[in-house]
Amino acid sequence: MNWTVAIPEIALACLGMAILMFGVLSKARNTFHICSLMTVGALVLTAALVLSSNGGLGYNGLFLADSYAMFAKLLVLAAAVLGVIVSIDYNEHNDLRRFEFPVLMLYATVGMMIMVSASNLMSLYMGLELQSLSIYVLAAFARDDLRSSEAGLKYFVLGALASGLLLYGISLIYGFSGSMAFDQLALVLSDSSHASPGLIVGIVFVVAGLAFKISAVPFHMWTPDVYEGAPTPVTAFMATAPKVAAVALFVRVMISPFGHLLAQWQQLIVLIAMASMVLGAFAAIGQSNIKRLMAYSSIGHMGYILVGLAAGTQQGVRGVLIYLVTYVFTNAGMFACIIAMRRRGRAVERIADLGGLWRSDPGMAAALTIFLFSMAGLPPFSGFIGKYFVFGAAMQSGLVTLAVVGVLASAVSAYYYIRIIKVMYFDAPEPAFDVRPASLSIVAGAGALFTLIFFLFPAPVVAAAEAAAKGLFG
Amino acid sequence: MIATAAFYVFAAILIASAAMVVSARNPVHAVLFLILAFFNAAALFLLLGAEFLAMILVIVYVGAVAVLFLFVVMMLDINFAEMREGFQRYLPVGAAIGVVLLVELAAVLTGWKFAPGIATTRAAPMSALTNTAQLGRLIYTDYIFLFQVSGLVLLVAMIGAIVLTLRDRRPSATISRRQNIAVQIARTSADTMVMMDVPTRGPTMAHIKPLVTEPGEELADPIDTHAHHGGH
Repeated sequence: MNWTVAIPEIALACLGMAILMFGVLSKARNTFHICSLMTVGALVLTAALVLSSNGGLGYNGLFLADSYAMFAKLLVLAAAVLGVIVSIDYNEHNDLRRFEFPVLMLYATVGMMIMVSASNLMSLYMGLELQSLSIYVLAAFARDDLRSSEAGLKYFVLGALASGLLLYGISLIYGFSGSMAFDQLALVLSDSSHASPGLIVGIVFVVAGLAFKISAVPFHMWTPDVYEGAPTPVTAFMATAPKVAAVALFVRVMISPFGHLLAQWQQLIVLIAMASMVLGAFAAIGQSNIKRLMAYSSIGHMGYILVGLAAGTQQGVRGVLIYLVTYVFTNAGMFACIIAMRRRGRAVERIADLGGLWRSDPGMAAALTIFLFSMAGLPPFSGFIGKYFVFGAAMQSGLVTLAVVGVLASAVSAYYYIRIIKVMYFDAPEPAFDVRPASLSIVAGAGALFTLIFFLFPAPVVAAAEAAAKGLFG
Repeated sequence: MIATAAFYVFAAILIASAAMVVSARNPVHAVLFLILAFFNAAALFLLLGAEFLAMILVIVYVGAVAVLFLFVVMMLDINFAEMREGFQRYLPVGAAIGVVLLVELAAVLTGWKFAPGIATTRAAPMSALTNTAQLGRLIYTDYIFLFQVSGLVLLVAMIGAIVLTLRDRRPSATISRRQNIAVQIARTSADTMVMMDVPTRGPTMAHIKPLVTEPGEELADPIDTHAHHGGH
């Protein structure tokens, strides 16, 4: 048995247990701080292991480490590192300094790595549950805060429902095809006469379950409440790493086992993508809370990403991966700025609180401007390049309507992004924010730098995404 | 012959008790019927030769899940009659969904073709290994990866339960009700009681008075009552 293919996951899980034991037994006063730094170290070490690991199918066909999984894993690990770093300072200030916090983030990351490496519907489900369960707990982590508890409970109940839908779909697929392994399913379905209605219904249920996890319309209802209620670093984490993993999983499930049924599921994905883009553009306009606005923004972004999947081609998958890279770094930087919105020790999260930021903190205002322009998809920022690749792939596949809807939705969403910029530069100044800790400045700065100059040398990322997409189709 | 008869007996009781679970008025009775249903399902597993599943069903579902249900039902004191009030209102929608599902089920069942020879795979194949050993072999070889990931899921669940509920970490927490035996034993009467001499007209008495009184709580003055009693 080729067990070495999962060495990064095994190493990360074992390091997680070590950190947990250290946290339990340590008598140090700043255990949270030490455990967070150890978690960052563990994630970086795992990334090195991912880079040096040998690919292949292992564990009786349950686990597949290919170039696609490697790309997604590196992105997930990068997002998780940023998530842990931005959480350190926030938790210190908000009485959440408990060492379980980074450990739960670490196990969520293990779950995500299993998700992107899944080559069987069973390992897909186990990875998804490990990831989701950790994040349910993280969302409710501020347990004395009513909104946080509500967010955790809401996410848990709806997430359990989505898991139920997913499992029901998996059972239908298994019942009508006789296998849960991706390669076996692809083999069975290469003869389109085997695609019975029951199997299609199963696929629809699986799509519904996965659409919930990436908060695509019409399974998005939980997103604004959970994003608003959860502690901000958890929101930052939820908006980046799990989204990458869930999208990567979604793409793999659609392309690898069900790729031969493209004609059957393409319409479904087109519909979900359109609805997500339009809702993300219009529902965000009326928001006054920046975390809720980011929730609608992420719904919209998931729509754009699904445009690439709807194309169903190698170019489409490449576009999805490039979009994910730009999305992760822009969002991580954006949330670092949101976490830095603190006055006299209290976190503020209204958009109006950003009024006149240009005068009190030009650096943060400049970084936010870069992120917002990028999310709106203006050239030359990285968000434009991501959108360029997904819409280009959709055009090549003949999905002209979808691409046009996408561009229009993007224009509408530019309105509310640019409104924030207007608040920062032209509105009456609010009192200055508290001094930013270095960790947030570093994440925001790195994100802004990446977003700003990505257009100068996108070649390495594009090449890696190309190789990853080829690995998926190969 | 006996196996067939046993199957029908257990199946009939199973269906009847399942119907009682949803129709019983008293929720405690409903849970007890649920337990009966679990036992009958376990018996059906036994008839199929799946003794491990039968035992797991009894241990996990009856031993843990159903007993928890019973506790919850008894402790929460939910008024189920009130919860059923919306029943009439939502009946059309529910009935419509039910009919759709029934039609779908019928469509599936009428189009169902059994593969030749499938009947032999219905029960566990006879082998030298018991099915506990067979399951063990599968879980620890082919599915070791999933088994270990399940372990991680349970670990996360455990961490989550502790993080979200355990409260005695904080020194200032007053919610924690943990018993500290050393403090209890070290407590003396001097910590909690004061002996006072109270001047009275009658014979001198030592009155025991609590050291700490709630603000606003008025102590009945013992002297007055005594005097009052004496007056009569």
